[in-house]
Amino acid sequence: MTSELFAAMRQSIVEGDADRAEELAARALGEGMDPLAAIDEGYVPGLRHVGDHFAIGEMFLPEMMLAARAMKRAVAVLEPEMARRASRRRVLGRVVLGTVHGDIHEIGKNLVGMMLSASGFEVHDLGVDVPFERFVEKAREVDADIVGVSALLTTTMVGQRSVVEALRDAGLRPRVKVMVGGAPVTRGWAEEIGADGYSEDAVGAVNLARQLVGA
Amino acid sequence: MAGIDPIVDPRLRLEVLTAEEVRRIHAATLDVIESVGVRFPSPRALDVWEAHGASVDRQTMVVRAPGTLIEEALRQAPPVYPLAARDPALDLPLDGRHVYAGTDGCGVEVIDLETGEKRRSSLRDVEEIARVCDALEEVAFHWVPVSAQDRPPASRSLHELAAIWRNSTKHVQTESVVTAREARAAVEMARAIAGGADELRRRPVLSIMQCTTSPLAQDGGSLEAALVAAEAGLPVGFMTMASCAFTGPATVAGSLVVGNAEVVSALALMELAAPGAPVYYAAAQTAIDLRNGAYTGGGPEDFLFGAATNALADFYNVPLSMGSFATGAKEPDWQAGIENSLSTFMASAVVSDMLLGVGLLYGSRIWSYEQLLMDCEIYAIVRSMLRGIRVDDESLAMDAIRDAGPGGDYLTQPHTQRHMRELFRPRFLDRRSYGAWETEPDRPRDWARRRAKELLAGHRPEPLDPGLEAELAGIVVAVEVEAERSPESAPA
Repeated sequence: MTSELFAAMRQSIVEGDADRAEELAARALGEGMDPLAAIDEGYVPGLRHVGDHFAIGEMFLPEMMLAARAMKRAVAVLEPEMARRASRRRVLGRVVLGTVHGDIHEIGKNLVGMMLSASGFEVHDLGVDVPFERFVEKAREVDADIVGVSALLTTTMVGQRSVVEALRDAGLRPRVKVMVGGAPVTRGWAEEIGADGYSEDAVGAVNLARQLVGA
Repeated sequence: MAGIDPIVDPRLRLEVLTAEEVRRIHAATLDVIESVGVRFPSPRALDVWEAHGASVDRQTMVVRAPGTLIEEALRQAPPVYPLAARDPALDLPLDGRHVYAGTDGCGVEVIDLETGEKRRSSLRDVEEIARVCDALEEVAFHWVPVSAQDRPPASRSLHELAAIWRNSTKHVQTESVVTAREARAAVEMARAIAGGADELRRRPVLSIMQCTTSPLAQDGGSLEAALVAAEAGLPVGFMTMASCAFTGPATVAGSLVVGNAEVVSALALMELAAPGAPVYYAAAQTAIDLRNGAYTGGGPEDFLFGAATNALADFYNVPLSMGSFATGAKEPDWQAGIENSLSTFMASAVVSDMLLGVGLLYGSRIWSYEQLLMDCEIYAIVRSMLRGIRVDDESLAMDAIRDAGPGGDYLTQPHTQRHMRELFRPRFLDRRSYGAWETEPDRPRDWARRRAKELLAGHRPEPLDPGLEAELAGIVVAVEVEAERSPESAPA
């Protein structure tokens, strides 16, 4: 029964069980379910549950990550069918993400990417040690709403300014918003380099991204 | 005149891990290095590993090394060596008997001494902090405490070193040298201070700290800089910050294994490349905040890490540098006091050779002079505790007890005159009467700020010879010129 399947989907996200989430997605397709319905009525309520319990301090970051990963895996199973039906999941915005040139730290950036993608953003992760121009190329290619630039070192943090400038020189500003993050990054720095915002953690980054796209 | 009064030969003992537990952590560590591997993203480092028979994957840059190779390499590390200073009277023997406190890095903001406002750090801050720390007997060595963000990235680390040498005669340590080019210049500067290459090996006036990239990875530039330094005889340490439930397993033991694998594999590489090079273990492990994933820099796990890591460093017979004043507090407050006190006590009771972090707040991001002075007070309290209790005829005070008798007092006893100055006299604890406090309700942190201003205005460190100063400046300029020509550091 559909409602049972939805409940199981929701539960797979709450429990962060990616294998189960994937398996349920395959079953839904087998039963001819609309993939968008599976996402909106099955998986998203699970994500909402985790988010609500995180907000009141009953669930924690590791559980949030597991839920996000399960969500990502389920959506990957549903995507080909969505493409076939030419239906698109409503995307909150397109984000190009990367760790700036000269810096190889990726854990914080990956966390932000996972959370953004679970929250409904389309994330294009360029990885680490990303040249300034690459952010520009990718932003143009995918028609990005937001470019997120991570840096962990005081010496590479200056590259965040270069990305802002490169986007400006390419005529993409202020339409493409820039958010910056990383241990040495402060509000003052974000303001000084003309970024649109900064966050000190992944949950804050999602909130910021929502704000920047007006979602 | 600068001086240092360190913790020495603590009388309290603390065993946080048994010998058997240390052996289990060691065995698990070797298993990890051999079966999971550690990433060494530097062609030079991979060459060294390969030449010694480790399994090297050039694609992923992951090295898997047999336990025997690691153990043999670590046996080359000298157990005792000095951290030398511009003033030889301030040399620090890392001999397993002393616990030396130092600053820590690398902060990006400073709470301004005059305005009380937080602002971006600059070279001038590096100079001023060095000058104040030069005057403090609790601070035995400098880490570059804040980043000179008003200097170009390619030469910033060198400006910072020169700034400290201009303003203090104490030992200098840095974590900001992260390319082979910077490392070569830093070695050149240290040779100038020490008086030549051989003299620098004998008396390393500079030591290098590199951070691992948890979990189970190193940074390529850091490795290449470390190799240059190790070959020149500069003490080189690797610091793990593997944090429970994020960059390490959720359990303290599991995170010790991951951190240990990172540090031990890096130290082994140094010994393979430069046998007998002085190396040290460094750690500032913590548990993340489960809500935001942040490095917390405090809490019971940190305090346990502080004591446990020394058991590991002792097992490998290398000195330990421990991030003990690592508070996550945003200002000098209750949290900073409790976190820095307990971590410092734990790390000191097990005789960690170096303690890092005086003066920094918010996980080493914000410099505060008030915190610096109050951290020194914490160090002084711990130093006093670790001296323990002397029990002998004089301290049992039988004559005084007989003399005072029932109902007498000890205020005027000669015994009191002899010993009262041994009692701890706080500088930043408020022991005034309630009434006095009501009349002038200022706080210890206000006194600390006042003291910092006095030291900044009044302390005159032994100046650096002008010729030497010019030589250091010349080395920095040469690096800037080279960096202009080729922005990337040349291969080592």
